[in-house]
Amino acid sequence: MDMKRNYYEDIEVFGSIAVTVWSIAFLVFTFTLPLYTPNYYIYLLNIVLVNVILAVGLNILVGYTGQISLGHAGFFAIGAYATALLMTHFPVPFLPALIIAGLIAAFFGFIIGLPALRLEGPYLAIATLGFGLTIMHIIGTWDVFGGRMGIHAPPLVLGIPALGMSVVLNSDIKMYYLILVITVLMVLAARNLMKTRIGRAFVAIRDDDIAAEVMGVNLTRYKTLSFAISAFYAGVAGGLYGFIVGFFDPFSFNLILSIVFLVMVVVGGLGSILGAVMGAVLITYLQYDFLKNMGELPVFGDLLISFSRKWFTVIGLDNFGGLLLGLIMVLIVIFEPLGMFGIWIRIKKYWKTWPF
Amino acid sequence: MIGQLIIEGLAIGACYGLFGVAVAIIYKTSDVINFGQGEMGMIATFVAYHILVQYNLPFWMAFIITMIFAIILGMVIEFLFLRPAKDPTVLGLIIITLGAEMMLMSLAGWKWGAEQKNFAFPLSVSQNHEVFPGLVLNEWSMGVFVLTILIMLFLFLFFRYSKLGIAMRATQQNQNAAKIMGIKVERVFSFTWAISSLIGAIAAMFFAARSVLDPTYMMEPFMRAFAAAVLGGLTSIPGVVLGGICLGLIENFFGYAWPHWKPIVAFVVIILVLTIKPSGLFSKHYVKKV
Repeated sequence: MDMKRNYYEDIEVFGSIAVTVWSIAFLVFTFTLPLYTPNYYIYLLNIVLVNVILAVGLNILVGYTGQISLGHAGFFAIGAYATALLMTHFPVPFLPALIIAGLIAAFFGFIIGLPALRLEGPYLAIATLGFGLTIMHIIGTWDVFGGRMGIHAPPLVLGIPALGMSVVLNSDIKMYYLILVITVLMVLAARNLMKTRIGRAFVAIRDDDIAAEVMGVNLTRYKTLSFAISAFYAGVAGGLYGFIVGFFDPFSFNLILSIVFLVMVVVGGLGSILGAVMGAVLITYLQYDFLKNMGELPVFGDLLISFSRKWFTVIGLDNFGGLLLGLIMVLIVIFEPLGMFGIWIRIKKYWKTWPF
Repeated sequence: MIGQLIIEGLAIGACYGLFGVAVAIIYKTSDVINFGQGEMGMIATFVAYHILVQYNLPFWMAFIITMIFAIILGMVIEFLFLRPAKDPTVLGLIIITLGAEMMLMSLAGWKWGAEQKNFAFPLSVSQNHEVFPGLVLNEWSMGVFVLTILIMLFLFLFFRYSKLGIAMRATQQNQNAAKIMGIKVERVFSFTWAISSLIGAIAAMFFAARSVLDPTYMMEPFMRAFAAAVLGGLTSIPGVVLGGICLGLIENFFGYAWPHWKPIVAFVVIILVLTIKPSGLFSKHYVKKV
């Protein structure tokens, strides 16, 4: 909708003064957020940020390259376990451990990208799904990974303790700032990546892979690269997630988690960084807060409880959230295939041409 | 011992194959992979359980009511979720069926709770009969064999000779041409979902008799059945059953040798088959047109 006159306008991070001002205002807002939110919500915000990283990474794969992954919980688990184990068993500081974990996940992404060269659509979904479940079972079976009992994340120490320059991030607020900085960097990196040669190759593959190959895009290289980058994002997100929850077992990285990740991207809007961020924020909030406490809503909650006493069971009322989430998934595909980003574009267009 | 392993593998494989057929019928006709298939079977089994426990009806009556329920469920899901989607992408279809899966699973959790229940199925796994000398077969396996053969025979005759079956094949080949020939494509789709839901519900009851009944019990069998379907090639129904039997045998032998790794055999098989021969072992090669 905004006309680009030359290449340099296309690669600008901030398109106009208005965008710059609003971006800075939004950054200031996010950095001061802990001042006026209760403590429980800081924990929720951390999870939101981790999911933002993951959704942006998944969007590179699903939205920009047009591949499907139902195995991102597997990469997420690899990141979480690799970070925790590296820091527990080897004297690796936090940041290198996080990056190594991301690279390990990226390596697995590269491996799973190889069959993706020959597969498409539903077959790819099944192959990645099988990968995610395999990772879950391997972690659950091998004792090196703590087995079914799960493992504790080590304390989050930033810096090198041996030199006396280290900070222990032991509260949600301290962690929030670290994760926020990493999130902002990774989102900006994704945004810039999409404006480079690599990003344009991804989009070409999404629009038509055969045409892209004819134009000279190396499919092997770019498809596997897309999987690897996406897995790297998932690995970093997983590494951070481990520290937020403090304790995790293989079964927290199940198929439902992979589905929820995909839902974030689809609900937010495929092929847009802003959409992925919005989708991650909305779905995480719904999942962790709103849908969990449906029974405590003012009028609707009482209605729901009496309804489930009559027809269902009150003890199973927690499942109502899943019901709504499923409904959202179906409705968004039927009525708004572009997701929240599509709604945003429409609102923007409406106000731009207002009052016409 | 080896003979027993083979028999067991054949039985469970036939059950995977049967459930895989349910997935394949929908994929053949409408190019939709139904990720909610397992949960459709799960809900139907829960309905049978509910009828058995609450109203104390005999099993055959509960079975018939459940079959009618399964048919209606399949049609309703197709009508409510898939028909309104205009020109959906592959990803959109996957999201829709995944959404249906989550809704059905939550519904079952809401109604019947998450605790595990025993499903009173008349053919039990522990009732053994010695059919031939030295060959022990349990009732469950016999039921699976008989039912698989019957359903395969029915599907063969149905697709070969009945008008509706021919209409389904025509729809699969070219939807627009089928429409021009006067086939009501919508009706064909709704019938496809009905028959697939029916077969899926029967297989789901058999799975419930082997394990326990809870809202998530169909997830693993669904994945295995799917692996079976992919192994055989999703577009050929006899291929799917053969794939199921192969998978059952592989899994049983592998599980005998390395019990720890039994759960992931199916997924490794899927990934390997998809990497080496994406169209499956028993189906014709598929060429993408530009």
